[in-house]
Amino acid sequence: MTSTATRPTLFKAQHLLAISDLSPLDITAVLDLAQHYAESGKGLAKDGRVLAGQTQVNLFFENSTRTQSSFEIAGKRLGADVMNMAVATSSVSKGETLLDTAMTINAMHPDFLVVRHQSSGAVELLSQKVSCAVINAGDGQHEHPTQALLDALTIRRHYGRLEGLTVAICGDILHSRVARSNIHLLTKMGVRVRCVAPSTLLPSGIANFGVEVFRDMEKGLAGAEVVMMLRLQVERMSGAFVPSLREYYQFYGLTEAKLACAKPGALVMHPGPMNRGVEIDSGVADGVQSVIREQVEMGVAVRMAILDGLDRTRRAGSTS
Amino acid sequence: MIGSPARNRRAYVNAHVLAPLQGLNGPGGILVEDGWILAVGKSVTRESVGATSTVIDCKGRLLIPGLVDMRVFTGEPGSEYRETLASASEAAAAGGVTTIIVMPNTQPVIDDAAIVDYVLRRARDTAQVRVAPMAAITKGLAGEQMAEIGLLRRAGAVAVTDAVKAVSNANLFRRALMYARDCDLLVVGHAEEPSLSGGVMNAGEAASRLGLSGNPAMSEVIMLERDLRLVEMTGARYHVAQVSSALSLDVIRRAKDKGLPVTCGVSIHHLVLNETDIGAYRTFFKLAPPLRSEDDRRALVAAVADGTIDVIVSSHDPQSDDTKRLPFAEAAFGAIGLETMLSSALGLSANENIPLPRLVEALSQRPASILGLEQGRLQPGAPADFAIVDPQLSWTVEDAALRSRSKNSPYEHRTLEGHAVETVVAGRTVYEYAG
Repeated sequence: MTSTATRPTLFKAQHLLAISDLSPLDITAVLDLAQHYAESGKGLAKDGRVLAGQTQVNLFFENSTRTQSSFEIAGKRLGADVMNMAVATSSVSKGETLLDTAMTINAMHPDFLVVRHQSSGAVELLSQKVSCAVINAGDGQHEHPTQALLDALTIRRHYGRLEGLTVAICGDILHSRVARSNIHLLTKMGVRVRCVAPSTLLPSGIANFGVEVFRDMEKGLAGAEVVMMLRLQVERMSGAFVPSLREYYQFYGLTEAKLACAKPGALVMHPGPMNRGVEIDSGVADGVQSVIREQVEMGVAVRMAILDGLDRTRRAGSTS
Repeated sequence: MIGSPARNRRAYVNAHVLAPLQGLNGPGGILVEDGWILAVGKSVTRESVGATSTVIDCKGRLLIPGLVDMRVFTGEPGSEYRETLASASEAAAAGGVTTIIVMPNTQPVIDDAAIVDYVLRRARDTAQVRVAPMAAITKGLAGEQMAEIGLLRRAGAVAVTDAVKAVSNANLFRRALMYARDCDLLVVGHAEEPSLSGGVMNAGEAASRLGLSGNPAMSEVIMLERDLRLVEMTGARYHVAQVSSALSLDVIRRAKDKGLPVTCGVSIHHLVLNETDIGAYRTFFKLAPPLRSEDDRRALVAAVADGTIDVIVSSHDPQSDDTKRLPFAEAAFGAIGLETMLSSALGLSANENIPLPRLVEALSQRPASILGLEQGRLQPGAPADFAIVDPQLSWTVEDAALRSRSKNSPYEHRTLEGHAVETVVAGRTVYEYAG
């Protein structure tokens, strides 16, 4: 696993745009490799710097602190040269189109392009125009695949498995790419997924995603091994989806009392950033069942595994 | 160019003449002089026309009245880089379309008699096919003040419409219907309740999977119900430009059963495509109203067959790369369709059980009669506007060959069956298939 030349391929995908790019076996392989990176921590051996000499460009059209720095640290730990494009001060804000930006960056021959964009499908569109591996770091309300992978890794570390568990995803599912990626990944891995939200925050047709839908949070949490909270995306609330934050907290905020409905010791997760006192009570967020900080830690490991995996696909492609 | 029809007498013989409203469906020909039809039917043969005519052998192909397309967007005036009247007319001619009705959402808006006049003059000087404009219902399409409907009609507008917008003020729309009724002018509605239609594709599972905002069919139904109540109240002639959902068809059927002066259109795209064609965010399939489910598509096809839907339009809407090569939510709505409508319709006849005579009615004869035009009929004294069609001719839609200035065809690289081999407007050949 350490020598650059002999690493076996991890998956076939050339880009990571959506969870559908990965089969269940691929997902297990990614999680295994990420687990290895999680154990190595910062002490990765020198010959583990498998991306030495490669260039990774982080192109974030939406502001992000945690995802962008997580990708940056992941790349750097593997030895890549990482560049962050500051979109807000670049030519994008001067009216350059997404595809022009893509062509410009592509002409500099990066090996990896990590992209976040406010429009669903924008990363897919961009991947058609560049010759490097593209990683979706969140596109609109579509997908955020590395978040789902890091959530799965976090769960697997605690329960030793994914299959057969019950995970309740709670809150603003309508606007959440994290929810969509998690639903796709978890159902693929044999997890029973529940969606808990008021009807105004559920996408239409959600029942066809292979999930159970609950409007009552206490019923939705009953017996769940994992409670996954979502950020109420106040900035996306173009209309009135819930009457007030106060009311939302009453019915859908995760409190100790509601958490008591879940299985004893159930994990509490949140992709961040949190609205404390809106979707989650501060005491619960910082409580013993919370694995929110571990999610952040696993984020780096999972992103290292994805970068490594995409590099292996490229090498296999260029030698065959 | 339409002003001076060909002087010579020409006979198209050995065709299968199909014009259902004239009761024609069989072998025959058509005799043309000075841009008008002299005779049509089985009596017109090589032998009967004599030596005074130039004789064209149609080799048994279909001869139908030229298509009358009630919904065409061009960029003239204002966005000529997308489409001019000339380029749209070339696309039309290649698609067997001999009359195009252009929409008023140009820059400036066609909301003034002088602009109607401008469009008609530009068409006369540059277009290969007949062009007639619909004018705006409200000034600037702003939905606030009625446009000069009477003067617009006098200048040559064939109907009024706010194009891609509904007049959301119900009282204003009621008055516009009353006023248009007094002028005996058709009002064409856009059935979309603005507060429900902020989405970029059909609401439902497919949109949820793509993470795109949805536009529910109910938005169309609610506006259509409102419009039809106002029609009932005012007695105005009303045509809904396009419906897209099965729910709307029930509303139309009820209105027709009541005997209201209501007719209904559908775009050819909604008869052959559905929401799953969007695939991985293909913006050429981003339409307004949006492509809906397969169940909706089938219901629309059945409604064309049974006459609930009167008219098929191309809803030809040229968009440039600048407005289409964008993330789906940011891309413009619209697809071109003038050149492919006939082929797609022939496919519906072959694969979906819509009788060919019914299609010819919906593509040509009904729109002409709804608009009160003298085209769209094959009878002595009518304008010599027709197309000779080879239903078996197979061709592939390629950007470079499309005549439209914009290339946003949802059928790019697809192979279609059936094509016009010759299109005649006012007795003049405006298109010949070159292989």
